[in-house]
Amino acid sequence: MTALEFVLICFAGSIVGGFIGSLLGLGGGLVVIPMLTLALKVDIRYAIGASIVSIIATSSGAAAAYVRERMTNLRVAMVLEVATTLGALTGGYLAGRIAGRWLFVVFGVVMACSAVMMLRKRRNAASDEGEGTPWANYLRLNGSYYDAALGKEVPYRVIRARLGLALMYVAGMMSGLLGIGSGVLKVPAMDLGMRLPIKVSTATSNFMIGVTAAASAGLYFARGDINPFIAGPVAAGILVGAMIGARVMGRLQNALIRYVFVVVLLIVSAQMLLKGLKGPS
Amino acid sequence: MTPIGSGAASPSAPQEDRRVVRVEIVISWVLRVGVVTSLAVVVVGLVLIFVHHPELLTSATRLQDLTQRGTVFPHTLSEVFQGVMQTRGEATVAVGLLLLILTPVTRVAVSILAFIYQRDRVYTFITLTVLIILLMSFVIGRLE
Repeated sequence: MTALEFVLICFAGSIVGGFIGSLLGLGGGLVVIPMLTLALKVDIRYAIGASIVSIIATSSGAAAAYVRERMTNLRVAMVLEVATTLGALTGGYLAGRIAGRWLFVVFGVVMACSAVMMLRKRRNAASDEGEGTPWANYLRLNGSYYDAALGKEVPYRVIRARLGLALMYVAGMMSGLLGIGSGVLKVPAMDLGMRLPIKVSTATSNFMIGVTAAASAGLYFARGDINPFIAGPVAAGILVGAMIGARVMGRLQNALIRYVFVVVLLIVSAQMLLKGLKGPS
Repeated sequence: MTPIGSGAASPSAPQEDRRVVRVEIVISWVLRVGVVTSLAVVVVGLVLIFVHHPELLTSATRLQDLTQRGTVFPHTLSEVFQGVMQTRGEATVAVGLLLLILTPVTRVAVSILAFIYQRDRVYTFITLTVLIILLMSFVIGRLE
């Protein structure tokens, strides 16, 4: 294989990865990292470095639309970013310290959990009852959003801000360690933990993902783990794929196809896990 | 229909927050431009690599050189800068990726200005903390 072929394969594969990621609402990282490591035999740290810069590109694109629709709770995002960026620094630091095979193991486990989470029923736990907690009131985290389906402004109160911070630290750490956006952890931390409406949680998570990714991307860059031959085509490919995905059909709703993808993701996560457990080949 | 822009602004939202939202909308668009620009630089860099090294187009590379750690890429500011001055492809790709990484950092920095303008001390402090953490990541990576 020539270097040109390698770059073009990375690019084409990342378009597919970004496309599937945006259909499933998972982001490209979970799809592209197994492709790079299992199929193209790329060192997992290079794969993670390439994925983390791609996430910045995709999240910045989507964030603009959400902010404009006033779905994003900017104050919640700013507060929680303290935790996600600290977590991302921790994760990025750890990724440079532990052996590559353990990154495969953790990736396999997190990917399997993410796949199962896709089956979660998205129920709305938000409420406007009660006083709101002292922290949430002090930081003025309570808010409201315009629900197009209901046709009215929906107010909500935020609870358990400190639990949210703790969960966000973990989400940031996974993001920095594995090069994924970890929206799959951020959204439940907000809607189940802090009782934000599901739409606000999704938009706010998307807003934070880019900033979180920048924290560990800086670390990977300075360490020399961002390989231009891989990160260049992967970042461009994932963005193109995600844009096509968003334009073609938005979020995939068909239950059967979702189940098929969940099964495929579980099989791939098992392969990642096995590769890690078998050790260096 | 999804409400767009000021038509969706609720009367309950505090005046000051509406200003923050407006600033964020502007920033979001700047970020989109930033993302597109940085990826354009990345593509130019990739093209430059192959222009300068035509042998990469035809001869089979040892893939290990590309996919395994050991090869050193430009990853300090001075290396990247010197490389770009010599129109080296790898360094140009690195500049594009660095711009991409810096776009969210810029967002945070501009948000700080918005909060200072509002005299919101608590949120100025919170956002400043995030910025410091982001800048620390480059330092920690260098120290390793």
